[in-house]
Order: sequence, then structure tokens, then C-alpha cells
Amino acid sequence: MKLNAELLKKLVTAYGPASNEEIIRDIIINEVKNHVDEYKVDSLGNLIAHKKGNGKKIMISAHMDQIGLMVTDIDKDGFIRFGNIGGISPSISLSQKVLFENGTVGAIFSEPVDDLSKLKLENMYIDIGARNKEEAEEKVNIGDICIYYSSFIDNEHVVFTSYLDDRVGCYVAIEALKNLSKTDNDLYFVFSVQEEVGLRGAKTAAYSIDPDFGIAIDVTAHGDTPKAKRFAIGLHKGTAIKVKDNSIITHPTVRNNLVELAKKHEIKYQMEVLEFGGTDSGAIHTTKEGVPSGVISIPTRYVHSTVEMASKDDIIESVRLLKAYLEENK
Amino acid sequence: MFLKNLTEKSGVSGNEKEVRDYIIYEIKDYVDDIYTDRIGNLIVFKKGKNKANKRIMVTAHMDEVGLMIKEIDSAGLLKFIPVGGIDPRVLVSKTVEVGKDKIVGVIGAKPIHLQKKNEWSKVLGIDELYIDIGAKDKEDAEKKINIGDYVSFLTKYEEIGNEMIKAKALDNRVGCSILMDLLKSHSPLDFYGVFTVMEEVGLIGAGPATFKVEPDLAIILEGTVCYEMPDLESHLTPTKVGEGPAISLADRTTVYDRKLRDKVVEIAKDSKIKWQYRKTSMGGNDSGKIHTTKSGCSTVTLSVPTRYIHSPVSVISKEDYDSTYKLLNAILPEIDKGEK
Repeated sequence: MKLNAELLKKLVTAYGPASNEEIIRDIIINEVKNHVDEYKVDSLGNLIAHKKGNGKKIMISAHMDQIGLMVTDIDKDGFIRFGNIGGISPSISLSQKVLFENGTVGAIFSEPVDDLSKLKLENMYIDIGARNKEEAEEKVNIGDICIYYSSFIDNEHVVFTSYLDDRVGCYVAIEALKNLSKTDNDLYFVFSVQEEVGLRGAKTAAYSIDPDFGIAIDVTAHGDTPKAKRFAIGLHKGTAIKVKDNSIITHPTVRNNLVELAKKHEIKYQMEVLEFGGTDSGAIHTTKEGVPSGVISIPTRYVHSTVEMASKDDIIESVRLLKAYLEENK
Repeated sequence: MFLKNLTEKSGVSGNEKEVRDYIIYEIKDYVDDIYTDRIGNLIVFKKGKNKANKRIMVTAHMDEVGLMIKEIDSAGLLKFIPVGGIDPRVLVSKTVEVGKDKIVGVIGAKPIHLQKKNEWSKVLGIDELYIDIGAKDKEDAEKKINIGDYVSFLTKYEEIGNEMIKAKALDNRVGCSILMDLLKSHSPLDFYGVFTVMEEVGLIGAGPATFKVEPDLAIILEGTVCYEMPDLESHLTPTKVGEGPAISLADRTTVYDRKLRDKVVEIAKDSKIKWQYRKTSMGGNDSGKIHTTKSGCSTVTLSVPTRYIHSPVSVISKEDYDSTYKLLNAILPEIDKGEK
């Protein structure tokens, strides 16, 4: 299996911050529609693609949304103030370029500050090069959300770009679906909304699907860079099977099943014990009467920055593991 | 407008009966179905001139922030805990009502004469405050007070200045009053009205109510944070009095549905009703629970800018109240159009 860099690039560079997922959703619909029996978009905007079967009902969730910056004010000189949609870091944002849905590009900078460690979003602004408020308002309105301007770079080993979180998860789900051999399982591929603001899309999708098992596909952190906090996850060490994070302790049945399948198919894997964070499985596993759930994670350096980096081999191993799970979980 | 009666009643989170009973008394003859659910939400159905295409729910929470008695000391002074988000700096020397019998008390603290110099610059914590009901001793206090009694601020409703209203608990009796106005009027179409409980302690009532009603679309009415000092920069000013209902963009519990929000803004512009965006992303409201219940629904929040919320006295403008009611009326038939 080779990495389809073209598809991954298309996914990470598409616009789709939490609550504004239309564009990325249309791209994904195009990728999956010929591989499923039906699909629908629910009231929060989740894309639910259904591949029918008589076996176990499995919900696969990868979130489409990404972190972004929401416009709250435009001053008389055309400078734009903003708040965060999801986990936006002031220091990472300083001097980044941003992209609005209509293609407008801007630069983030801050008022003069003596101590950069005390930088706050409320002291920062976006400059789109407008000469006054009226000019700015022709392109940008209060309530608009912009994202980091993304550039996709890859070499023989890694990809790095903004928004691997969680477009790489969408990639893994799409590739697993496309490469799926015949299976009896009843598969619901959910491309969820609003994960970055609190796992909101997965919650409503899981309620309407009512699955037997849940699997989230998302990025995880790393512990393999200079003086990094101790964490037994690194790049090029395989896909990661989650044991826990702040939103879930994965169900032993699902976790053990994933481990056994990885061994059986000689898929390189590592076990993930994350002491923070959460992903869609956190919302899925407490739905209705409870849903045994697990997570396949893609080890990723520098999450929520503009240079999120992952190993091509790890991504491929993640696709292989998900494919095996969907085909063989009985 | 029912604000005098609504704000002078006591309805601290979990103890909304007095407010609910009053609302029932006022609206029961104007609605087609009315009941109180198992955790205390008041749910009503109102038939309008036209049948609705969508199931629309309009909500306002009945509860207010307040205090609860946790201990009676040997001198008969009452120790308390906060219920909901209360800034301890606003408590000292305020008059309160305690328990069902509305025993009047005063929140006391060490007088300034006895404070050491370094105590002057410190805020007294809730542990250092107490409620004095004029009891002789513990035994005397125990005749009137039980541990667990609710405490609400004693504030008279008054109209002040240039068409402004001063009262306690405007967050969110203002939402309740607007919803009651709508229920008493000839509604253009069918809708559910829901008065929720325990919003201030974690959006508790809204989830079960939404689970029952299963709306396609919900409008949340609120009294929201307002602060507008002249030296405050525009982007740090959450809402302004006199500028009309604040339409929420995003808060800690919801990123609001953009299409619905844009539609509401468009209607406000077309109808020449004053409106503003709520600029801060702090805080949250029942929408957080409503839009993620069951399979989810779209929500929009309209708030009356309310100065000094979560304190013993808050201030709103009558004009904002009227604008909010007008906008609510204008959007109801419009948001019913189109796909569910």
C-alpha cells in the first residue's frame, strides 16, 4: 500500500473549521459516495456514510473540523480582532498567515508586548491589508472563521502541514473504505463536526446510529523530540492503539481485538497511554446504553501548529489496521 | 412584561417552584398544553395561526444564582455556599431572604475598624462572610432556619433613569418574561415553550426537556453579560445597552449554526430592528445541551444585554426588551420555512 499524497494534500488544505464544514464535507462526499450504499448529512452537519451489512454495526468516526479563529470585531482602520474556535495558541499564531472561506488571506500579529510569554489572543489582530473598516467589511464579516493558511510538504518519510488533525484521520477512514474487501459488517463511516470544541458532532451521530462498536481515528501526541515530556509514542514506530486519554479508557474487547489483528497481519503498532486530550470515542462510548469503543491514532508531532508532522509508514499502517478491524471483527 | 413579579420571586437553581407557579398562573389560559416534567421544567405547547412545518422550541431558564445555608454557628450566624457563579466581592452588606418563610438577613463581615491593614486590600472570601438574621443564638436561629435552605437577594424592582429597569435575577427572568409575552400573544405558528431549571449550575434542565420535545430548531432567550466602560476597546466590549438583542456567535457551550444566525441577522436588518453580536466567547447557556441532545438540532440565542449579572442587582433597558420581543416575533414564521 502506498500513501496517496494527492488525496491527503486535498484534505488538509480544504477549508472547514468547527461549525463551517461544508467545503471539506463536499470533498469527502465525492471521495466516498461510490463506495457506500447511502449517505446523509445530519442537523449538526455530520456526514454519515453507510455501507450496509448484516454483521456488527460499527461506527467509524474521523472529525472533519479543524481549529480556527472567529472574527469578533473590525476596527475603523480595518484591523480584525478574533476569538478562538478550539485550541488556538497565541504564540503559535503570531506571524502566521490565515485563510478565510472566500479566499481572503490575512496575517496575524500583535500589539507591542514586552513579554511574549504573556501574549493573549485579545491583544492580537488579523491584518488583511484593508485601508479602513469599509474595505475590510467587503471581504470579512463578524462571525466569519478563518484557518491557518496551509502548505503541504512531504519527503520520502514524512508529511508536514497544518491540519493533519484530523484530516489524516479522514484520510485513513476513506482509504480503508476504498480498500475494503467483502465484509458482512454494517459500517457507518462518520466524518464528524465540532470535535475541536468538545466532541459535539460524534455525540449526536452516535445517538442516531446506535452502534455495537465505536472506533475513532485521530492524531495523538509524541514523545520522541528533544527534551519532550515522557510519552511512549514516536514517529515511524507504527500506528497507535489507544489505551486511554482524558475522554476514554478504551474497551478491552476492542483494544485487544486491534492488538491481535495487528499481530496477525504484521502491522507495526505501539500502545498509547495519553495523559490529556480526548477524541470522538469519548462521546461515542457513553451514548445511550454505552458503546464499547476504541481509537486508532496516528502519531503526530506538533499538534495544533502549522507544521504537524506524521510518518507516511505510520499512516499506511493505520489504514491497514482499520481495514483489518472492519473486515474481521465479528 | 412580567418583570416586577418575576424578579421579586425567589428561584435559586433547584428551587424554582415559586417562579414556575407564577408563570403557570399567568399563562395557563393562553396555551394548549402545559405540564411540569420530573425535574421541574415547565413545558407548554402553543397553537398558532398556522401549523408549523418544523418543531420549534423557545426556551428561557427560570433559575437565578444565589446562596445556600451550610451551617449555623453558636452565635446564630449562618454560613453559606454559593449556588451558581457568584463573585464574593458583591456579597458584603447585602440584604437577603432565607428559606421558605423568607427570613430577612444581612450578609455580614468583619467591620473595617477591626481589619488589619493588610486585610484592607484583600477580598473577603465566602468563608469569611455570614448571614445575620438577628437571632439571639444558635437555638433561636434553628427555629427559623434549616441547613440546606436557599438564600436569594432581596432587591426591589424599580424603573430608573431613561427607561431602564433595575432588579435582581434579570438573568434570566428577562428571557422568561419575553417568552410569556409571546405565549400570551397570538402566535403566528405552533411552538413549544420551555422554562428550564438549574441552568446556572450546569445547564441541567435543558437536556431532559429537549429529550422530550425533540425540536428541529430552538431559540434560547437570555439575559447576557454587558460591560461598556468608555475606555474599553470595542473588541473587548461584549454587548452594549440600547443596541438591541445580542445574537450569539460562539460561547463555551455552542458554536452557533451559521445559516440560522445569518438568517436571524437578515430578518433583523429587513425589519429594521436593532441588533448586535455578542462578542465574547465566555459563558454558555442552555443551547449547549439543547443542540447536542439526541440527533441534534440548530439553535440561536437572543440575549437582552444585562449589566451586573450574577450580582444582587442588575440593569436592562426597556428598549432592548422590546427589540428582543420584536425580533423573536419576526423570526418565528421565517425560520419555519425551508427544510428541517
